[in-house]
Amino acid sequence: MRRAIPKLSLALALLASTGAAWASGPHSKDDPNRETVIFWGAGAEIDGAQFDWFESKAGALVNWYAYVWAGGDDLKFRLEAEGESLDGAVDSSELRALLNWNIADFWDFQAGVRHDFEPAGLTWAVAGFQGLAPYFFETEARLFVNEEADVAFRFEQTYDLLFTQRLILQPHIELNAFAQNIPELGVGAGIADVEVGLQLRYEFTRKFAPYADLVYERKLGETSQITQALGEDVESTTIRLGLRIRL
Amino acid sequence: MRSRFFDFRILFVALLALPHAALAGEYRLTIDRRDVNVTGRPVSSLTINGQLPGPTLRFKEGEDAVIHVTNRLDEDASLHWHGMLLPPEMDGVPGLSGFDGIKPGETFTYRFKIRQSGTYWYHSHSGTQEQAGLYGALIIDPIAPEIVKAPRDYVVVLSDFTEENSDEILRNLKNDSGYYNRGKRTVGDFFHDVGRDGLGAALRNRLDWGDMRMDPTDLADVSGYTFLVNGKSPERNWTGLFNPGERVRLRFINASAMSYFDVRIPGLKLIVIQADGQNVEPVPVDEFRIAVAETYDVIVTPKDDRAYSIIAEPIDRSGYARGTLAPRDGLSGEIPPMRPRTVLTMSDMGMAGMQGMDHGAMGDMKGMDHGAMDDMKGVDHGAMDETKKSSGAAPRGWADASTPPGMRALRYADLKSLELQKDTRLEKREIVVRLGGNMERFIWTINGRKSGDAEPIELGYGERVKLTFVNESMMAHPMHLHGMFVQLVNGQPADRLPNKHVVNVAPGSSYSVMMTANEPGEWAFHCHLLYHMSAGMMTKAVVARMSAEMAK
Repeated sequence: MRRAIPKLSLALALLASTGAAWASGPHSKDDPNRETVIFWGAGAEIDGAQFDWFESKAGALVNWYAYVWAGGDDLKFRLEAEGESLDGAVDSSELRALLNWNIADFWDFQAGVRHDFEPAGLTWAVAGFQGLAPYFFETEARLFVNEEADVAFRFEQTYDLLFTQRLILQPHIELNAFAQNIPELGVGAGIADVEVGLQLRYEFTRKFAPYADLVYERKLGETSQITQALGEDVESTTIRLGLRIRL
Repeated sequence: MRSRFFDFRILFVALLALPHAALAGEYRLTIDRRDVNVTGRPVSSLTINGQLPGPTLRFKEGEDAVIHVTNRLDEDASLHWHGMLLPPEMDGVPGLSGFDGIKPGETFTYRFKIRQSGTYWYHSHSGTQEQAGLYGALIIDPIAPEIVKAPRDYVVVLSDFTEENSDEILRNLKNDSGYYNRGKRTVGDFFHDVGRDGLGAALRNRLDWGDMRMDPTDLADVSGYTFLVNGKSPERNWTGLFNPGERVRLRFINASAMSYFDVRIPGLKLIVIQADGQNVEPVPVDEFRIAVAETYDVIVTPKDDRAYSIIAEPIDRSGYARGTLAPRDGLSGEIPPMRPRTVLTMSDMGMAGMQGMDHGAMGDMKGMDHGAMDDMKGVDHGAMDETKKSSGAAPRGWADASTPPGMRALRYADLKSLELQKDTRLEKREIVVRLGGNMERFIWTINGRKSGDAEPIELGYGERVKLTFVNESMMAHPMHLHGMFVQLVNGQPADRLPNKHVVNVAPGSSYSVMMTANEPGEWAFHCHLLYHMSAGMMTKAVVARMSAEMAK
């Protein structure tokens, strides 16, 4: 944690300078028509659930994901926050600062940093791809390397199935894998966990959509044993009620 | 005393006549932000002289137009005279030919000699101001008598009005190119298609589109519009009066930012006499598709003592514009049921275009002979071969306007110039203009480049060239060249090719036009869908005075 903060700020400074170089960079000098048009976007999903609907134990679960981006067609700066809290205590929380390069019609290459505030103060370098796979699967595949050279991999996919123009079912999947055991995180080498869900949202507008999300999570492999050893559940099913916002 | 009085009268008449002569063709226009009430509540909008659309400007061929435009906005503005032959610095495109836009608070005076006649229009060429309300009609009466005399003469400006901020629309599209598509295919549509085409075909169709990551319902990038006739919503019902049996000339101008319309007046034959301001041999039709920024003049002769509805349905069928021709005020024509919305087919993707698109998975696009695309061939602007359509079949393909059997829709091939073309030379060279982009990210390109990086099209003064548009996208693009007419290569004799200032290039197809580069200067050349232009689909054509051998 102590070492992580300076590293994080260093990485952020690097990102910022890259961004500045790009903003003033190859454009604008000679030709007045060559200005880069800057756009932006932002969005958030926040939901809550009561564990006792499905589990023997009680507990209030809150999940959040938020992003903001700014940039042009070729390069965007993207900030993402994601986390989970249980009974008011933050279980996991991370912040990602990324540059997105448009490398193909449907794909961005991403690079940047991620900092975990919980469960352990770790800083990671990030490289990955974000885009739309054939058959309309929104996809993120990211590789993380932290200062101890631990390697993590995360894969996420969603798909929109329209019942009507506004009532949309979104199956989603997330998978986390690690190249080694990371005791601070309570994970072991191999596929650590998988989360699958069915989110049903109603788009009052594109920017305002309440949803219900049925989510099944399960720890796998070595991680599952570690979890069991700690006396925690290796699987859980929740129904989450939430709100999806786009700006 | 008597003679003095006489003198005085002469002076009086002269004084009356003098300002008239001097002011002939002179207009003062003020661009301002005002509240307008189009949809039932006041909305802040851009206006010209407080109006939306701006006032109709009328000139006489041969006179000098003098137009003072004052910008009362807090941003740069401009007005461009669409389809006019004029010096390039008077064309009103900021950044080209020395014109730098009109700064806030300033007045710019446009001066140019009117060298043509017909129906044209004007609009802002700054940012997305055109969508926000800066457009109007520009009518030029010919020196020679009109070919067709019509006691009633009405301008019909079609437009797409939105309460949304126009810059915000572009930002929304950059976040999600399907943001405004509320006609996407649903689970229900899938089962409907299974019922109609069988499970295999319906599934294959979904897989083909999914493979390309493209959406066959992507007909219009923006929706949420109220469609207007002369600034009036369908409820407010713009009305033009006639006496039964009178000829009525309707000057249709599509001043929309994004919307193509299928236009008809049930019960009346439309005799098309002008396209883009240029006289054509009269073509009797039942309906026509008007691309963004095109104009068509039609003659109708309503015989009955009743109201007739002018119906203009956008191709995504997200509403309609409507007006009425009536023998007296207060009547309202019948509104026919809305026609179905079409669905794009694989051939709207264009087999030729597909090689050019690096959408990864194109390689395994085969088996095109199934369900969705068999009935689409020979796509021509606006028209379908109506005999081929079986009743009850869902409309298929961009060009399918659901024209009922026996009804005739205007095609580009029907247009034949009334006047003889002076330049009938064959082209010395062909310039290919590829229209494409990245729909997922709402980027639009000409020859693979966005406006910022675009390579200008270099033309020698006097040069005769063929421009061949190759549309590699699955959206239609109304391509507009400033400063010069192009001639459609539409099968008419070389001396009767019709002049156009906008050329519709249907999805996945190619279209060629001829042009003579006889107006020196830098001219904007772009897709007239406002947000396509804003997202990069613009370049310039530069006509340079060069040595004589270039011209020959």
